[in-house]
Amino acid sequence: MSYPPELKSLIRFVEKTRPQRVERARRGESYPALTLAERQDRLTRFHPDYRAEAKRALSVGSNKGDRLPIELADLLESHSRLDLDEVRLDRVDVDTDVLIIGAGGAGTAAALEAVQAGASVTVATKLRHGDANTVMAEGGIQGATAEADSPCYHYIDAMGGGHFSNAPDLVEALVKDAPVAIEWLERLGVLFDKYPDGRMKVRHGGGTSRKRLHSCGDMTGAEIMRVLRDEARNRPGIRMLEFTPALELLLDERGQCAGAVLLNLETRELYIVRAKAVILSTGGLGRLHIQGFPCTNHYGATADGLVMAYRAGIKTCFLDSTQFHPTGAIYPEQNAGLLITEKVRGLGAHLLNRSGEEFLFALEPRDVASACIIRECSEQGLGVATPAGRSGVWLDSPMIELLHGEGTVRRELGAKYLQFQRFGIDISREPMLVYPTLHYQNGGLVIGVNGETSIPGLLAAGEVSGGVHGKNRLMGNSLLDIVVFGRRAGLAAAAYAREAGAPKALSLDHVRSFERELTEAGISDGKVGPMLLPNYAPEHIRARRVAMHVP
Amino acid sequence: MSNDNDSNGSKNKEKLIPVQIMGRLYDVPESLTIMKAVEYAGYQYVRGCGCRGGICGACGTFYRLPGDYQLMTGLACQTVVQPGMMIMQLPYVPANRPNYDVEAFDGNGVAGANGALHESVRRLFPEVYRCVGCATCSRTCPMGIDVMDYVALIGRGELAKAADLSFSCVMCGLCAIRCPAEISQHTAAMYVRRLAGRYLTPKAEHLTRRVAEVQAGRFDGKLAQLKAMKRDELTSLYTNREREPDLSEPGQWKPKDAAWL
Repeated sequence: MSYPPELKSLIRFVEKTRPQRVERARRGESYPALTLAERQDRLTRFHPDYRAEAKRALSVGSNKGDRLPIELADLLESHSRLDLDEVRLDRVDVDTDVLIIGAGGAGTAAALEAVQAGASVTVATKLRHGDANTVMAEGGIQGATAEADSPCYHYIDAMGGGHFSNAPDLVEALVKDAPVAIEWLERLGVLFDKYPDGRMKVRHGGGTSRKRLHSCGDMTGAEIMRVLRDEARNRPGIRMLEFTPALELLLDERGQCAGAVLLNLETRELYIVRAKAVILSTGGLGRLHIQGFPCTNHYGATADGLVMAYRAGIKTCFLDSTQFHPTGAIYPEQNAGLLITEKVRGLGAHLLNRSGEEFLFALEPRDVASACIIRECSEQGLGVATPAGRSGVWLDSPMIELLHGEGTVRRELGAKYLQFQRFGIDISREPMLVYPTLHYQNGGLVIGVNGETSIPGLLAAGEVSGGVHGKNRLMGNSLLDIVVFGRRAGLAAAAYAREAGAPKALSLDHVRSFERELTEAGISDGKVGPMLLPNYAPEHIRARRVAMHVP
Repeated sequence: MSNDNDSNGSKNKEKLIPVQIMGRLYDVPESLTIMKAVEYAGYQYVRGCGCRGGICGACGTFYRLPGDYQLMTGLACQTVVQPGMMIMQLPYVPANRPNYDVEAFDGNGVAGANGALHESVRRLFPEVYRCVGCATCSRTCPMGIDVMDYVALIGRGELAKAADLSFSCVMCGLCAIRCPAEISQHTAAMYVRRLAGRYLTPKAEHLTRRVAEVQAGRFDGKLAQLKAMKRDELTSLYTNREREPDLSEPGQWKPKDAAWL
């Protein structure tokens, strides 16, 4: 397929400025970073989060009045999928110490720690074990492991990246546990990029003051996930239920979390799980396609955990802020929305407009970089148009070969190289076309340093939780987040399960009272949640689906 | 809901081509991947769909093209449809995967480990030695991995090389489905990579030192100080950070300001 002639001719502008840009990069010079005031200007005027008409206020629940993206607000105010009069809670199918809902990186890390601490563990997950955004995290995991770095600098970077809105206790836990978490992964056999003497290769990510990103090629998350999953499979104490999402949390007579109602997606059976502690690790919301943006997320990222927890009364934070990754592919069309890891810029690639000129420091924090790209393609009118009508900017990957030697792209960005090579584009010779893409749920359920929520026995870890990253997450802090808080939640849940007695009466009363709130607020549009699976059938197919009763 | 990248409503004007999804004929836009074509036809995936970005291995797919005897493979999310394509996705791959303890060789040390490690692979995955050298696995792999080559390396005990060669495996299991010797290549390689990560790669000494420092509480006081800081103060620290040069030598760079080290 390759690039069509009109794009090939624009690539010449990129090639023309490249030698000088590479020279400057070799001298350690870079495009000037924005001041904090300039950042704020770009964000306010161009970041999708700041579009008031894309949000609405919640009418019910513990965040009533908060303005959230409309797609999310609708789902948080959806009705239960259960027939509350029919569902029977007296027949318990699974009894377990710890129930973990969601088997991505956070859930699996939690399962390993909980089982190690002696708990019986049941994991319920909507798709396969490991079908999660974790596998799509490409660039790396942060941790202050080098001599010139310390958890303190990591703390300063994370707070600044989050515009100082992050919860300080959570950030402290994140940065302090980081080296410990990375060593844990190393011991499990994760193949980190290393020098021959064992020293970790580290590099910069957007908004870092020290080279702190540890990577496994350009599939860091996939490598971490497959190792964690492999280890979980070695543990007979972990019972894995795939294709079995949760529909509601269960509370008990004490108001503690006591299990969940699960759905077997294939047989449509409901399972009642009774647990002494429950960890929500259901991930994020990318597949809600906020403001119609393409997304980099996996198929199951539909905010299920937020929906269930909100009905139980858990407060959320920072859900008004969605992370748009600055570099989602926009060409070829088949790759639209595909994540182009920040590692490409970490390795030195510039972002360039239609004239082949730099217009920002390529490693600004993600929200700032996204806003700058949107500005370049709108106000500045210097975007590059694709044949399908998308607009974006160049990401000059061939620079990497010039800066770090022939073959670096294939070695360091192997998966990405292959994804473009399939369409006849050699990213070690030709730049990529990119535009911001919906990437990450910055906020989520309010948690404490061990993942605890306001409901005893209910914990949360990973993307479903909020506060660690404040309003904007830095690259490499989400893989770290899932390992650090997954492990903490697993340990805390196991400890809680040891202390708390077994729940007696299981209850869905919290769902009933949420339904009453919906009725009182006049919400009766029949929308149900959690969403579970996105629906990508085109309109002409939907129109042909006639109403019928399913026995 | 508007789903720009995934719903295909906007592509109605595009040329449609016929494809057979598990034997049933559908007309789909010619630019779609198999995954999006299946959804365009009206299917809602439960199995066979994960990351939609070519890295999770959920959507391993077999297909044939008209007039061609060859059985082709690809990832549904990464393969564009072609006229007359006959498509079948794999919902699941049964694989041989014995349990093991990757900590079992801790006493052996890096240098002496390889023999014991190789022996454990031989014991856990004896079928690796049944390889008949047909290279069907290598032709099958949607990631372009020379699977047969790493199977041979495992057989010879060159585990570090096998780990390296198999690194980009997405564990779709298509190789294992096609293998006439009934080897589960992807699970054997998973074990080998973990051994390589744990035993055949030197430990990061700076990491071990840093963990000890963290555990000894070396940063606790300073972090408490940062946490207690007023926003202006922290902002000023942030704004005046010294940035490590991109091309600094590993472990050699000395920051001017060491206040928070």
